[in-house]
Amino acid sequence: MALIRFTEQPRFMNPWAEFERIRQGLDVLSRNMLSDGRVTMPATVFPPLNIYETKDELILKAELPGVKVEDLDISLEGDTLTIQGQRKPTEENEKTSYHRREIEAGSFSRALTLPIKVDPDKISAKLADGILTITLQKADEIKPRHIKISTE
Amino acid sequence: MSEKELQVQEKQMVTQEGETTKPDKYFIPAVDIFEDDEKVTVVAEMPGVKNTGVDVALEDDVLTIRGERMPEKIDGRVLLQEYESGSYLRRFTVAETIDQDKIHAVMRDGLLRVELPKAAPAKPRKIKVEAA
Repeated sequence: MALIRFTEQPRFMNPWAEFERIRQGLDVLSRNMLSDGRVTMPATVFPPLNIYETKDELILKAELPGVKVEDLDISLEGDTLTIQGQRKPTEENEKTSYHRREIEAGSFSRALTLPIKVDPDKISAKLADGILTITLQKADEIKPRHIKISTE
Repeated sequence: MSEKELQVQEKQMVTQEGETTKPDKYFIPAVDIFEDDEKVTVVAEMPGVKNTGVDVALEDDVLTIRGERMPEKIDGRVLLQEYESGSYLRRFTVAETIDQDKIHAVMRDGLLRVELPKAAPAKPRKIKVEAA
């Protein structure tokens, strides 16, 4: 956000100009926030995750291009889910010379505490087209339950 | 651990000349480019793009790689969003003479691999120098 110092502004100006500037600033702010209704939080640990909650499931998604199924390990301990694995370099050949190297190889490990209780027996994970999808079933006790109301 | 720990690379949006009519988001895929005697290989990170969504074109020495994908959509509440999903687009100027007919592209595990075989004259040739 650009900072505007008061001294940089001409002395005698339209008294409403400042309000107009604030209004425009708020417009930009609300447009950014509402462009698709979400705000992206930058991740600090690889891989960045998107987590969704539906009626009876918790869905985790991560983009892991170049990671093979055999190099990926997912485990659940209590309510801590750990995703770890490694990515191998795209080419291992001494004869090749690199022009650009932006895809890093290495290992990663991310542990997160699940926000809700899940059924540890009903977890499925899928890796397709470089996207990992972990589907966790909510534990029965926290699933929404319908309560019937009887009339006398 | 002796191995390198992977760091989060934030996705960069494409700043295109000319706006698109669709409100799709385009990101710049991270790439590896390497070369050996026979070919130039471009590997691009395009998670979520299927085989059918890839478009590779070489025109006037400009290689365009484009990966179209459907935006991630799940009915439900978003608890955490750390990455945005969208299509990918990147262009390179290719210096070598490329045999256009033999360009080969394959999509695997979210990585696009384009192999650009060098045209015959660009291949290094040993020239013997004879003593006079």
